[in-house]
Amino acid sequence: MDKKIFSCHKISEGVAEAEAIISKDDIMFYLIEPETGKIIEPAHDLEGRSMAKKILIFPSGKGSSVVQADGLYQLNQRGNAPKAMILQHPETVLVSSAIIMEIPMVDKVDPKFYEVVKDGDKIRVDADNGVIEILN
Amino acid sequence: MILTQEQQDMLDGKYGEGTAFAMKIQVAIGESFDAKRMVPITRAHVALSNQEADLWFAEKLLNAGAKCRVAPTVNPGFCLSFFKNKDMVSKEDANLMQRTHNAYKGLGAVLSYNCTPYIDTNVPNFGEVVAFSESSATPYANSVWGARSNREGANSALCAAITGYVPEYGLLFDENRKGDIWVEVKADMKNDYDYHILGMLGKKIGNGIPVFTGLPKHISKEALRNLGAQLNTSGAYAMYHIVGFTPEAPTVEAAFGGNVPKRKVVITNEDMDAILEEISLEGNRQIDFAMFGCPHFTLEEVKYIAEKVQGQKLKKEMWILTSSHVKEMAERMGLDDIISEAGGFIVPDTCPDQPCWGHLKGKVGITESPKCAYYPQRRGIHFVIRDLETCINAALTGEVK
Repeated sequence: MDKKIFSCHKISEGVAEAEAIISKDDIMFYLIEPETGKIIEPAHDLEGRSMAKKILIFPSGKGSSVVQADGLYQLNQRGNAPKAMILQHPETVLVSSAIIMEIPMVDKVDPKFYEVVKDGDKIRVDADNGVIEILN
Repeated sequence: MILTQEQQDMLDGKYGEGTAFAMKIQVAIGESFDAKRMVPITRAHVALSNQEADLWFAEKLLNAGAKCRVAPTVNPGFCLSFFKNKDMVSKEDANLMQRTHNAYKGLGAVLSYNCTPYIDTNVPNFGEVVAFSESSATPYANSVWGARSNREGANSALCAAITGYVPEYGLLFDENRKGDIWVEVKADMKNDYDYHILGMLGKKIGNGIPVFTGLPKHISKEALRNLGAQLNTSGAYAMYHIVGFTPEAPTVEAAFGGNVPKRKVVITNEDMDAILEEISLEGNRQIDFAMFGCPHFTLEEVKYIAEKVQGQKLKKEMWILTSSHVKEMAERMGLDDIISEAGGFIVPDTCPDQPCWGHLKGKVGITESPKCAYYPQRRGIHFVIRDLETCINAALTGEVK
């Protein structure tokens, strides 16, 4: 049986449990529809899919220094922000936005996690204790 | 993280609730990047945006009694007097801008409303530790001026302006400023616009600090502004090197600091053509307006446009966004008159991604800046992207080939 618990490093505190959604592309929260959580950026890996209330697994943030905060704020106001974020390359713009919006965020995940996690898996992120668990 | 007594006092609320809140956020950022301490800054630039989250955060800090220790310059929202006089904004939108203005005034910011501080209003010196948000500003400050800033968000830069400190990590250290991706440019770099397109190749370049070789000997400030702006439209870059040009890259060896590059990318004319096709509306059509100045246009660019349109009438609206300094200079030098007579507008203190452009919704614009085309998509405004000369001609004739 595959290992189900993986270590990670806390960026923004908190615990969350939800379905995973995996993006190969970097994420820019401004081109996500606040009302639905649907990615509207043309040619994006997740174009047309919603990340609302899910745990978002992606490489990194991108975009200007205000749009991440505003995009997340708009999603948060409508309850459509991701439940937690798991990323590979943290950068200050997205990190500070996650901290201010109080959305759990982790990085430096055990590389084996990326080999086994699948889109749609139910997972639990515990940023405070630095662990991710695949529940299904 | 180990704090000095003063920093600990800030965190504990001895300098007021607002400062404590700012410090708490910065400590969390510092801990997430494993910073050991906080270090003082000498300058800050806050990417004010007049968006709901911006106002929410600025007012939250202001109401908690925060005041900037290091007065930051700020990005544009929209110019209240200009758009009110033209009756182009609703009462609600005008109120939002007024509240944003009041909040930043209350926090003690320099109300520069300019997104090119590294050219116009807040130029750092080599080696200065600063907190610069605005995605075209961070790479310019680091790469061109050799100042030291992490890629601050608008909110983290505002916190830094309030406390006067930043957590020490990332680009504040010598060893993290070395390049790790070799980008050999084989494409023809003919003008400033080509740097916009080069910057849009972030997906191909990948995460890291690019080291560019093969670029021309002289590169203008406008080209450097464009490169940084678009690298952060297509990705997230706080710094790059241009060998033989930027101060921390006198040689290839210095740029990489003795490290072997993790990847090498070659950029060709075909790459440039392919990315343009991906990001621009198709040409061969009528356009409704032209917009320039994302990031803000320089006086030289305004002069170039004035020379091109002098004595002619534009078929379509032309909006040129600049700092208030450039606007003032353009007025003094008669450039503003020339552009006005042709039917164009030089607009100070304003960003393309603002509610003042409501009348452009559903219309097709032309611009030389991919960043200008990228963000307003959410407002239902779409653009053809072409070089500046083609854009000016399109405004004169009403169509683009």
